[in-house]
Amino acid sequence: MAALTMYPENERLAGGNRAAFNLYVISAVALFVLMMLLGLIMRMGQATWLAVQPDLFYRILSMHGAGMVGTAGLATTAVMWFFLRAHVRLHLWAFVTNYVMFLLGAACLIYAIFVDGYGALWTFLYPLPVHGMGLWSPDAAAVFMLGYLLIGVGMLVFYLDAAAAIIKVYGNLGRALGLQWLFRGTIDPDHPKTVVASTMVIISNVLGILAGAVVLVMSLVNAFYPEMALDALLAKTLIYWFGHMYINATIYMGVIAVYALLPRYSGRPYPISRAFLWSWAVSTVFVTLVFPHHLLMDYALPRWFAVMGQLVSYGAGFPVFLVTMYGALTNIYRANLRWTMPSRLMVLSLFGWAAGIVPAILDGTIRVNLVMHNTQWVPGHFHFYLLLGVLPMALALMFHVIGQRAGALPNSAADRLGLPVYLIGGLIFTLAFLDAGHLSVARRMATHLPEWTGTDKVGSIGAMLVVLGMLYFAVRITVGLLRAPARGEPDEGPANTAG
Amino acid sequence: MILQNLVWTIALAGMSLVALGFIHVIRQAGKPADDVATRKAAHTSNVLRRWLFGAMLVIFVGATWATLHRFPIASQHAALDIQQVVDVTGQQWSWQITPNTVRAGSPVEFRVTSKDVNHGFAIYAPDGRIAAQTQAMPGFTNKLVHTFTQPGTYRVMCLEYCGLGHAPMVSEFTVVAARGG
Repeated sequence: MAALTMYPENERLAGGNRAAFNLYVISAVALFVLMMLLGLIMRMGQATWLAVQPDLFYRILSMHGAGMVGTAGLATTAVMWFFLRAHVRLHLWAFVTNYVMFLLGAACLIYAIFVDGYGALWTFLYPLPVHGMGLWSPDAAAVFMLGYLLIGVGMLVFYLDAAAAIIKVYGNLGRALGLQWLFRGTIDPDHPKTVVASTMVIISNVLGILAGAVVLVMSLVNAFYPEMALDALLAKTLIYWFGHMYINATIYMGVIAVYALLPRYSGRPYPISRAFLWSWAVSTVFVTLVFPHHLLMDYALPRWFAVMGQLVSYGAGFPVFLVTMYGALTNIYRANLRWTMPSRLMVLSLFGWAAGIVPAILDGTIRVNLVMHNTQWVPGHFHFYLLLGVLPMALALMFHVIGQRAGALPNSAADRLGLPVYLIGGLIFTLAFLDAGHLSVARRMATHLPEWTGTDKVGSIGAMLVVLGMLYFAVRITVGLLRAPARGEPDEGPANTAG
Repeated sequence: MILQNLVWTIALAGMSLVALGFIHVIRQAGKPADDVATRKAAHTSNVLRRWLFGAMLVIFVGATWATLHRFPIASQHAALDIQQVVDVTGQQWSWQITPNTVRAGSPVEFRVTSKDVNHGFAIYAPDGRIAAQTQAMPGFTNKLVHTFTQPGTYRVMCLEYCGLGHAPMVSEFTVVAARGG
């Protein structure tokens, strides 16, 4: 079966494709390290181990948030592109345009934050961007929002190219999602999971980005014409609709690596099923409707809105646990899995996603949100599934690719040490956040009460380990990608080419 | 039991269960099975998946009923007929709380708004835990109803980032003992 070939010909990276992929990946891992260092500085500042002035802290927080979300988007877009181009014809110019727009947008963000002093965070919650109280000007906020617009337009170009390519092959997005097989019919066993997941991401994140574009343009108009005031609740609703879908899209783009690669490492087919199609169809709806769980403390919103946020948050656990996690675990159970870096990272990513959802769902409960909202419980759960879920998904593909270049699947002693350092650091770091949330420690504060610094110190130690692990991964991947391609397949035994 | 402690316990239990499932599979992942064992494992896996689905469904329905059968947020559009009313206004970076003394044992209606940007009105109990919260948003008034059971000094902190003075945006109010208490 072709799907079990470790390095299929239609995924080969050559010429412009290789250069573009390298640019994405090397930029992403370098940015991850830099953004993690910013995160470490903030945690050490809260722990009183480092003197960080509040104005600098909030600028760092703005950069860390926007930078991490954007970089996660960049890295997982590379994952989606890498696998999707094997099934439909994507245009390299669209992929490169997204990268260039990302760089231009990132330059705007950096300028707005570190030159113009913008410190209204990645959420640009209206009307804070135009209420800098002398620390930053509306112009700085405008440059920041312009940066977002550029990044969003780049993503739209990539998604629209991907949507056109998918429609060309499958007729429409519904058929690409496999909706025709939800209730009856024989499912085409060759229908790629990559196409299903990519279609879901395109539908949901295009909606999210458009919502973001609307509120960004509204906010820009307000920045230049303050007399044109916005409805703060409407602006917040649009911001969270955009923000939630954008960051969730990174999970759904990242997991494509698991669907595509896991069977190659387990040597066991990972066929498409009706349950799989249902889970992605349902997830398309859920991810679009779940964002009210960010607005549970906005009592002015209709009651049904909050109830929908809670119920959809609960419902979102079903596809993750019953299909993605359970299906993957079934695939590797007694399968003679080859434990190399890609397979280790894939298993870690599924654990990070599934375990991270538990505190997330709890916080989506209105009654719980009354005491947990905007505490460190929130960064606790999202760092859990981003740090231990999404990032390992992207890293799995990166290690997979450098394995081909090296002529051997990555499994060095340094790899075997680097991953536990990252994992243990990640667990300490995220559990310290969650513990702090349970103790009512507020999030997004430059200075903490003396009784709060205990978890800050533990979290800082975890963050140091995470940075160390990520720094190793970044160097290893960069060196691996720049290496000349090896000839032929890595020699790793029959499991690599089973079927 | 304090709600935060209950949530923390449930989260740790849930995450541990996920971890145990992964550890079990990881321990078996490197041990190949023959065809018969593979078929048997596939059958067991399907049965377990049905049980997992059933368990999740029960949790879904049970948790929904337990947390929503009495909606935890007061009606925002009807008069509440509550005797103790406190007006709360946030602005960069202070709180106006009028009056700043309330009585335990009977509900208090906090009418919360903001003069400038979004703030988070969070009430910290004397034990340092959040008792309740709502958003303070310009152009809107959120009605937070809470019945205090313990007298003491309660701290108000801002839980929605609002600029440089966000962390020091702190105030206090007093809860006195219930009449006859």
